[in-house]
Amino acid sequence: MKKAPAIIIFFIITYTIIGFAQVPSGLDVLMKIDKNLVLDKAISYTTIIIHGRTGTRSIKSKNWIEGKDKAFVEYTDPPREKGKKMLRLGNQVWNYYPEPTDRIITISGHLLRQSVMGSDLSYEDITENRKLTDMYDAKVTGSEMINNRNCYVVELSSKLDDIAYHSRKLWVDKERWLPLKEIRYAKSGRPIKQSELLEVFSLENRWYPKRILYHDLMQNGNGTEYIVESVELHAAIAESQFTKAALKK
Amino acid sequence: MLVLKLAFRNITHAGLRTWLNVIVLSFAFVLIVLTEGLYDGMSEQVKDAEIDSSVGGGQFWQKDYDPNDPFSFETAHSEIPVDLKKEIERDNASAVLIASASIFPRNLIQSVTLKGIDPDQKIVNLPVTVLKEEQDTNAIPGLIGFRMAKSTGLQAGDYVSARWRNIKGTFDAGDIKIVKVININIPSVDKGQIWIPLESLRTMMQAPGQATVITFKKNLSRIPSGSREWIFKDHNYLLKDLNENISRKRLYSNFMFSLLLGIALLAVFDTQVLSIFRRRKEIGTLMALGMTKWSVIILFTLEGCLLGILAFITGFMYGYPILAYLAKEGIVLPRMIEQSQFAILLVLYPKYGLKLYIVTALILFISVIIVSFLPAHRIAKLKPTDALKGKLS
Repeated sequence: MKKAPAIIIFFIITYTIIGFAQVPSGLDVLMKIDKNLVLDKAISYTTIIIHGRTGTRSIKSKNWIEGKDKAFVEYTDPPREKGKKMLRLGNQVWNYYPEPTDRIITISGHLLRQSVMGSDLSYEDITENRKLTDMYDAKVTGSEMINNRNCYVVELSSKLDDIAYHSRKLWVDKERWLPLKEIRYAKSGRPIKQSELLEVFSLENRWYPKRILYHDLMQNGNGTEYIVESVELHAAIAESQFTKAALKK
Repeated sequence: MLVLKLAFRNITHAGLRTWLNVIVLSFAFVLIVLTEGLYDGMSEQVKDAEIDSSVGGGQFWQKDYDPNDPFSFETAHSEIPVDLKKEIERDNASAVLIASASIFPRNLIQSVTLKGIDPDQKIVNLPVTVLKEEQDTNAIPGLIGFRMAKSTGLQAGDYVSARWRNIKGTFDAGDIKIVKVININIPSVDKGQIWIPLESLRTMMQAPGQATVITFKKNLSRIPSGSREWIFKDHNYLLKDLNENISRKRLYSNFMFSLLLGIALLAVFDTQVLSIFRRRKEIGTLMALGMTKWSVIILFTLEGCLLGILAFITGFMYGYPILAYLAKEGIVLPRMIEQSQFAILLVLYPKYGLKLYIVTALILFISVIIVSFLPAHRIAKLKPTDALKGKLS
């Protein structure tokens, strides 16, 4: 009977060690997220719902994606936005406005900080293509439940000077390896933007975001929803799709 | 001499007709002087206010700075050169750092320009010393103009969240406490702007020792030479928009001048035409008695001149006290003028120079001679017999 407490202590210590050993490193978590989110070649249909002060408007688009560096977006609805296109190559963006303007405008430098179609997302937010592992040091600081899903809490702190957000905090689903919630912080530590992954769906052998809600935490708005309607993986996309010439087609 | 005597007698004997003309002409004279004086006074006040509160004796601009392009603020900052730094230390100049930011009054986003200024500066007439008196170290003290207060709903003592990016592009955020709302009438230092301590903005932007604009003291005899990075802008450049605006306003003043002059001259012209028609038999008699046609023309023209002289004397008698009173006490403008893009004071002091009096009097006098001569010169075609018969077409 005297040996019982010693055995219990032994098991507690053993399980604790095993438990700690099973907690992945921050780097591992980020790599698993990238593996889920980066699409090699895909065509997707998305809807952006902007909940503004004066009402809600939605914008539908067809998107061609190749890795993290190439994206081509064609807005299909509402009629006012139909025909507008956007090409992203690395951190360069070109916008095309159809007739009567019929012009291609380069979005660079400070213009990248402007809002996309009046949403809570900036061109910079959507063009940031550097790997999280290149920009941040990551540390898993604990576990929390988000939407009844068990998540790792991962804190990112910048290791470069020239990045928009000094630090970030991610709640990463332990099974699906998607950030269910993310808060981006200013240099002073004040939270300024938040995203919540409200729905996910299975895409071949990975999990992919279905509906994300972005919030500017300094405004009293209802945020911007980003909905992925469908994704066609391994799509045959011609190389010419990611050229400026394709904007005017 | 005879013609002059005749003209004087005709004028004095015309009674009410003469005085009506004199009153109309004198009104025009006084109103023209007042209108021109108002524009001259306004132009001078506006320029003085702009120089006192904003441009000083001239400014050095960082080469990328474009006040009309807020996006230029991201790169428009650099270290202050040694010679300019010395002038700042001697209190001959003051540095301002400019940055774009977003504020969230009532949880709504609004773009603003943050201007960092040394609270101890003595170069521009802004009450920025209040910025160093704020005790709350958790917030950045800010000073705004009443236009900015109106557009944001902010009042003294209010806190507002602000978000900006430092010169590396990293987001930062904090609270600004509005320590004072000033009643400044210069939109260029008010609209969309928050004045905060220079060192606070330098810390926020991670730009130690940097500035966007260096403003020099007024009437400084020596201004250091510029460089490729820092370019000097003199009053001709800095007040260019203001001068163009004044020139545009001057068009309105010229229109008023022409309108008033036209009304007065129409009255004189009308009187002269009627007078010639009514006095056609008198004209015939004068011509029959040997007066030449040109003497008759001169007679009528002289009558017009005498009307002008009488109008100046009358106008001076009642106009001078009024104009002098307005120049001293000023004219209070309606509050709606506060919304003007044009810097303006709410009390406007007209400014009348000797040149204004002389030029206005001369223009009016010459115009009266012309409108008196025009109907009279038709007499040159008149035969004395026809005039005696009362035929005048």
